[in-house]
Amino acid sequence: MSAFSAIGEETEQDQNEFTPGLEPQPTWCPGCGDFGVLKALKGAAAELGLSPDEMMVTTGIGCSGKLNSYFNSYGFHTIHGRSLPIARAAKLANPGLTVVAAGGDGDGYGIGGNHFMHTARENHDITYIVFNNEIFGLTKGQTSPTSPMGHKSKTQPHGSAKTPLRPLSMSLNAGASYVARTAAVNPNQAKDIIVEAIQHDGFSHVDFLTQCPTWNKDARQYVPYIDINDSDDYEFDNTNRSEASEMMFETENALHEGTVLTGRYYVDEDRPSYQQEKQRIGEMPEEPLAERYFDDSYEWERTFDNFLDKHK
Amino acid sequence: MTDHELIWRIAGGSGDGIASTSQNFAKALMRAGLHVFTHRHYPSRIRGGHTYTEVRVSADPVKSRGDGYNFLLALGDSFARNPSEGAYYGNEEIKPLSENLDELNEGGVIVYDSGLLDASEIEDFDERVEENDWHVYDIDLRTIAREHGREVMRNTAGVAVTCAIAGIEPDVIKSLMSDAMPDKILEPNLTVFDDAYEMVQEEYDVEAPDVSAPTGEHDEEQVLLSGSDAIAYGAIDEGCRFIAGYPMTPWTEVFTIMTQNLPELGGISEQVEDEIAAAALAIGASHAGVKAMSGSSGGGFSLMSEPLGLAEITETPLVLVEAMRAGPSTGMPTKPEQSDLEHVLYTSQGDSHRIVFAPGNAAEAYYQTRKAFQIAYEYQIPSIVLYDQKLGGELSNVPASVFDEEPNADLGSVLTEAELEDAPHDDSGKYQRFQHDTENGVSPRSLPGQKGGRYLATGNEHMPAGHISESPENRVAQMNRRMQKVDNIRAELDADGEFNTVHGDEDADLGLITFGSQQGTVEEAADVLNEKGHSVKVLGVSEMMPFPKQQVAEFLDSVDEALVVEMTASAQFRGLISKELGGYGDQMSSLLKYNGNPFEPADIVEGFETALLEGEELPDNRTKFVPKVGE
Repeated sequence: MSAFSAIGEETEQDQNEFTPGLEPQPTWCPGCGDFGVLKALKGAAAELGLSPDEMMVTTGIGCSGKLNSYFNSYGFHTIHGRSLPIARAAKLANPGLTVVAAGGDGDGYGIGGNHFMHTARENHDITYIVFNNEIFGLTKGQTSPTSPMGHKSKTQPHGSAKTPLRPLSMSLNAGASYVARTAAVNPNQAKDIIVEAIQHDGFSHVDFLTQCPTWNKDARQYVPYIDINDSDDYEFDNTNRSEASEMMFETENALHEGTVLTGRYYVDEDRPSYQQEKQRIGEMPEEPLAERYFDDSYEWERTFDNFLDKHK
Repeated sequence: MTDHELIWRIAGGSGDGIASTSQNFAKALMRAGLHVFTHRHYPSRIRGGHTYTEVRVSADPVKSRGDGYNFLLALGDSFARNPSEGAYYGNEEIKPLSENLDELNEGGVIVYDSGLLDASEIEDFDERVEENDWHVYDIDLRTIAREHGREVMRNTAGVAVTCAIAGIEPDVIKSLMSDAMPDKILEPNLTVFDDAYEMVQEEYDVEAPDVSAPTGEHDEEQVLLSGSDAIAYGAIDEGCRFIAGYPMTPWTEVFTIMTQNLPELGGISEQVEDEIAAAALAIGASHAGVKAMSGSSGGGFSLMSEPLGLAEITETPLVLVEAMRAGPSTGMPTKPEQSDLEHVLYTSQGDSHRIVFAPGNAAEAYYQTRKAFQIAYEYQIPSIVLYDQKLGGELSNVPASVFDEEPNADLGSVLTEAELEDAPHDDSGKYQRFQHDTENGVSPRSLPGQKGGRYLATGNEHMPAGHISESPENRVAQMNRRMQKVDNIRAELDADGEFNTVHGDEDADLGLITFGSQQGTVEEAADVLNEKGHSVKVLGVSEMMPFPKQQVAEFLDSVDEALVVEMTASAQFRGLISKELGGYGDQMSSLLKYNGNPFEPADIVEGFETALLEGEELPDNRTKFVPKVGE
């Protein structure tokens, strides 16, 4: 019998189940895009029939980092940029968990950029939502890695001399097997994409455009948006790497010219997840490691029997 | 060093098999009933460069590398750079011979490969040989090796010559070679061995060996292993089945041993992008219910500061190991030092509360690593095993029975789903995992996936169910509870009374205090001092945090004054004692060494007699004396 009976349990959940009684109302500013992520995640979790006790939501630091304060599941609000390595290990320790990591654009593409790159490369079976508002919010409006060139702020008084980072292209090149962009103003698409991302067997990266009405007043509300998978103007095959790459490049350019493109950019259902690769080479057990510590019949190996001979 | 000891130094270039040859030599002599202890000296370089390993061999137990050495086997450096005028590295080709003469004891033996080394290139070589009464054997080992095998087998020829001169039974070595070498290379190696051995028998008067190996017998079965082995085995026996890391000398050894063994134990090892990730992965795995560890050396451990603080405030069990080397920054990557002490005790945001053990030898490394896991998982706190390049890499014989212990995979203070049903929850079903009032400061945790266990872990200050709070009352309650755990751990360690070691006569007038890997060396120095008529005892401290205040104060109260011996340049350990005890500065002097080589007993004897007792200057800068406050 599993020591983790919430995992895989058939449940019917109302999305309100995912609202914590202790902190039902978020502290985000009125009109903040972050509400859209929370709503989409609750909707997706309910639609997938997940139980709050089988989900682990890890977050970084910033306004986005409070996501799991307002979402009723297991949560780990970590440190700036480090939600991914903690999420990865929890998934390896107990692969039955549904693991969602989240953070802002500074958190994920700046300070945590190295972890982002490597988690994508390794194709861990987790979902990563990046709240991309093109600015640092909680520290009060500084230029971020995705801020457009020329962006003025208190820390870039003469306007940023840097071209913005390309999150979708970076993700594809690093090795993510599911890459999508959605926007807070597009709740139905957002929910559907998060459902797909959680279901996807591998690293799913969702770049989630979240308008910041307080510090990024110049920025659009990310409306009107275009869903590239529905629009006849954007014909491409999102299972084709080259076509996906071109579409991403165009999308990243278009955002700074005022056109908001969203949708599923790359989907690779064939690539095995990291866990599968690791099991294939014999470096990860088939049974969840976390279960073993509750298995009274397990005979724990010891040095005296297993390793001393070569030292004699 | 006594007359009954052989301290054999095999020298050559990096990549010439010095380490493996010396390991086989040490193991063979251990099997023959002797006590062995090795010391490795190597550069941060893969091919070429002066390297040696010493193997100390004695009929009695040994705890250090000893003083100097008495048998040099100088092989060639296959990857020596060409000498060039103005280049600082000089003539690397001759270094296996020239670099090792200063430390060779009077009356010692020199065997050198005359096929590769030309002693006439060394200034005053003959004069020095005569002055020191060295016995020189110039033997063309390379040619012997080439005749039956390959040039690289000159190591085997050198070992055979050693056996012939030092009176070691050939079968002692040959039976180990048969175990250690694959068939293909075994035959030619055995032929090379016999050839070299017989040649010495025929051409030299071996009836009167100048330096001979002792003979002995063990009371019980022994194993030859390093501090790194012992740490890894301690972790495995505590049910650690997850490690994450990034390579860095000298921590890489523990990481490698774990990584090679975990798959067959159904465990997981992750080599990750950096040390921030490494520590974070260990936290993630531990949070999800697997006993996990990570580790690094100075520079990599710097990156772990941030996750370390996260583990403290989220009360996630975490075991780290820190293998010190000479710093700051890249420092001297392959040389030992103890100067990460303060770094490891205090690094990270806010008031640190963690456990730090510094074992003094391989057996202690095994026990203390196990205790580190037990405390981490029971008290939900980070535990760190602090060691160094010396302890990590040196091989010594340890009774096999040390490891005849039951495994312990207990996850510590974790609730089961059944227990969670009766545990306190908030209105929306969150478990109050960080309750204010608990018996011993520990609030039991739940694990993701357990029904009825969900909560928020956060690096922010938090309320019982985990939600962020800046309420002063809650802050003080949570902070006090977390700090209270440290007091309780201190009380538990005091009750155990196992890890700090006192050596010597209880009524001695003077004290030597040290920590971690220098313990055995300091104890041997004390034995020498007592034989010379002094009255000295030693305190070797392993419990660095929480600090054993009472025990150290009692030790200091019982002696007139003490010499604190440590491998730092700023007397960090003495500073720690003063900080923790709030005084005793006028009673403690320091002997420091930070030149990249560990203390030898003679360094301490000299520092004690010359500097502390006689108040005279030390003759050179190998060690540094810092007088007590007020002098």
